[in-house]
Amino acid sequence: MSSILVVALNQRGQSNPQTWELLGAGRALADASKQPLLAVLIGATAQQAQELVERGADRVLWTGHPTLQNFVNELYAQIVLETAQKEKPSHILLPSNVMGRSLAGRLAVKLEAGLATDVSRLDGGHAERNHYNGNLKAAVEFSSPIRVLTLQPMAFAPALRHSGRSGKIEELSFSPASTRAEFVSFQAEEAGEIDLGAAEGIVTGGRGVGGADGFKLLREFAHTLGAALGATRAAVDSGWIPYRHQVGLTGRTVSPKLYIACGASGQIQHMAGMSGSANIVAINTDAGCPMMQQATIAVVGDLFQLIPSIITEIKKRKGAL
Amino acid sequence: MGLNIVVCVKNTPSTLSVEVDSSTGQVKTEGLLFAINPLDEYAVEEAVRIKERVPGSTVTVLTLGSEADQAVLREALSRGCDSAVLLTGPELLGGDTYATSQALAAAIRKLSGQKPVHLALFGKNTNDGNSGVVAGQTAAWLDWPCVISVKKIESIDESAALVWRMMEDGIDKIKLQLPAAIGTIKEINEPRLPSLRGKMAAKKAAITKWTAADLGFKPESKARIARSSPPPHRPAGQRLEGGTPEELARRLVDALLERKLLS
Ligand SMILES: Cc1cc2nc3c(=O)[nH]c(=O)nc-3n(C[C@H](O)[C@H](O)[C@H](O)COP(=O)(O)OP(=O)(O)OC[C@H]3O[C@@H](n4cnc5c(N)ncnc54)[C@H](O)[C@@H]3O)c2cc1C
Repeated sequence: MSSILVVALNQRGQSNPQTWELLGAGRALADASKQPLLAVLIGATAQQAQELVERGADRVLWTGHPTLQNFVNELYAQIVLETAQKEKPSHILLPSNVMGRSLAGRLAVKLEAGLATDVSRLDGGHAERNHYNGNLKAAVEFSSPIRVLTLQPMAFAPALRHSGRSGKIEELSFSPASTRAEFVSFQAEEAGEIDLGAAEGIVTGGRGVGGADGFKLLREFAHTLGAALGATRAAVDSGWIPYRHQVGLTGRTVSPKLYIACGASGQIQHMAGMSGSANIVAINTDAGCPMMQQATIAVVGDLFQLIPSIITEIKKRKGAL
Repeated sequence: MGLNIVVCVKNTPSTLSVEVDSSTGQVKTEGLLFAINPLDEYAVEEAVRIKERVPGSTVTVLTLGSEADQAVLREALSRGCDSAVLLTGPELLGGDTYATSQALAAAIRKLSGQKPVHLALFGKNTNDGNSGVVAGQTAAWLDWPCVISVKKIESIDESAALVWRMMEDGIDKIKLQLPAAIGTIKEINEPRLPSLRGKMAAKKAAITKWTAADLGFKPESKARIARSSPPPHRPAGQRLEGGTPEELARRLVDALLERKLLS
């Protein structure tokens, strides 16, 4: 019997919030095609496997082998391949992050499978995704029995947890093959940073933020909202904030529920990375710039005056002041 | 001695506002201006930098495209690549990433028959397809290790490379045995502009052309775009203007709460 296979990837022992979205999308596919929902959970614990069952998986195969604490493409691919060859899933669902994108290419070739990345909707036989940097949507069709899909973060509703839901949990026996890529070390990003790809809200600063000091204000704004901090290329190239915060054609592609663009004009190369946001708030002195024209809510004014007032107002409403 | 490097590039539309033929649902690319995919410029630059770092190295630029797409090879030659290969012909064009990567891998294998290829470099993704998986797929066909999202090649010789991979939560250092494939990101370098001498040499350079017959097989796609369409139109927004910053802030927070965008 075939199945839907969710690849649940821990990162350094931590579960990835996008896993719940994969389970949500996987459960819907499984119900529609009357197949079981299988999850393979890598770098984890039995307790985490139980949570996958409570969030909709019928069967969870997990391993916590010590070589899997950090991401090594060949080893992770070996586990998913061994599982897929045995279980013959019709769909393999992965997150659209560096791990998911690394694995997707290897899995597709080894399983002779069609591949679509950053999928935002699944309907019938089609996978919908953006191409031309968000200027067009594409409906992708497959001619292979297995499809490998990476899902765009925030595009699918996360599976809710039903404690007491039962399913099968099996620990995989994994003997790592020798690899030609070896993990050496990890240097963590500044503590307390929320990753752009996993954020429901993003506060982005552009050239209008004026300098590294201006980004302190933006960071405080993001912190007040529990949002991640983004930037335009103009701000990154000026050295005000590291590249990992860049959104756009040559940076990250994001699709949060709320994107707040402060002092960013909305050039096409920037819009390429964020036009999929559900709601855009623009704060800008120039009411006529493209970002203000595209925004769900456009606030006309000087960001240095507005943002401190907005922070105060939010704190007030939260009862913190 | 030295490394033989292959850098894979694509000629892509330089404008992002493309239209769809409503009868076929396919993207209209005729008449558009094409140029080297912006993110491939970093891969070309990195290949040339490795050549400058490791004496005796060579860089071959490889693309799959039409006769007109040769322009992208000449662009890369003018930026310091030594030789160029065009994969072309109706049996190779128009494939998905599965078919394209299979052809690229076959070309790399064919080049390796002449002199062993140590490294294949790729840009992060193309600005038309946006998939970002061709590096990984090409490596899989070759059974090579692959690391994507690479922001720095700390050291490299004919047998191994130490690379920095940008992850969502920080930087991984990975040691790779060669041959291997590496997918680069923008942070890896600052691409130089072509030199006048490079441009002159590129104009005259001979380009090797291989078709499916030269590769010995016809790659087969597993996915296709049934149709493309413009994204849903954004409804006209709300504008908040005038009044003191405190008033505007209050109105914004009201609007956010109303839309359930604040918790
Ligand atoms: C190949 C290529 C790739 C690129 N990739 C990217 C990419 O990935 N990401 C990206 O962002 N860009 C990218 N760009 C650059 C892009 O074209 C723009 O140059 C850039 O996005 C502009 O950034 P900005 O909006 O911050 O700056 P500007 O366009 O200069 O806009 C600044 C804005 O700030 C406003 N402002 C100024 N002062 C204030 C104030 N006190 N209060 C409120 N508003 C104020 C101004 O009205 C203006 O709208 C790329 C370009 C190329 C050619």
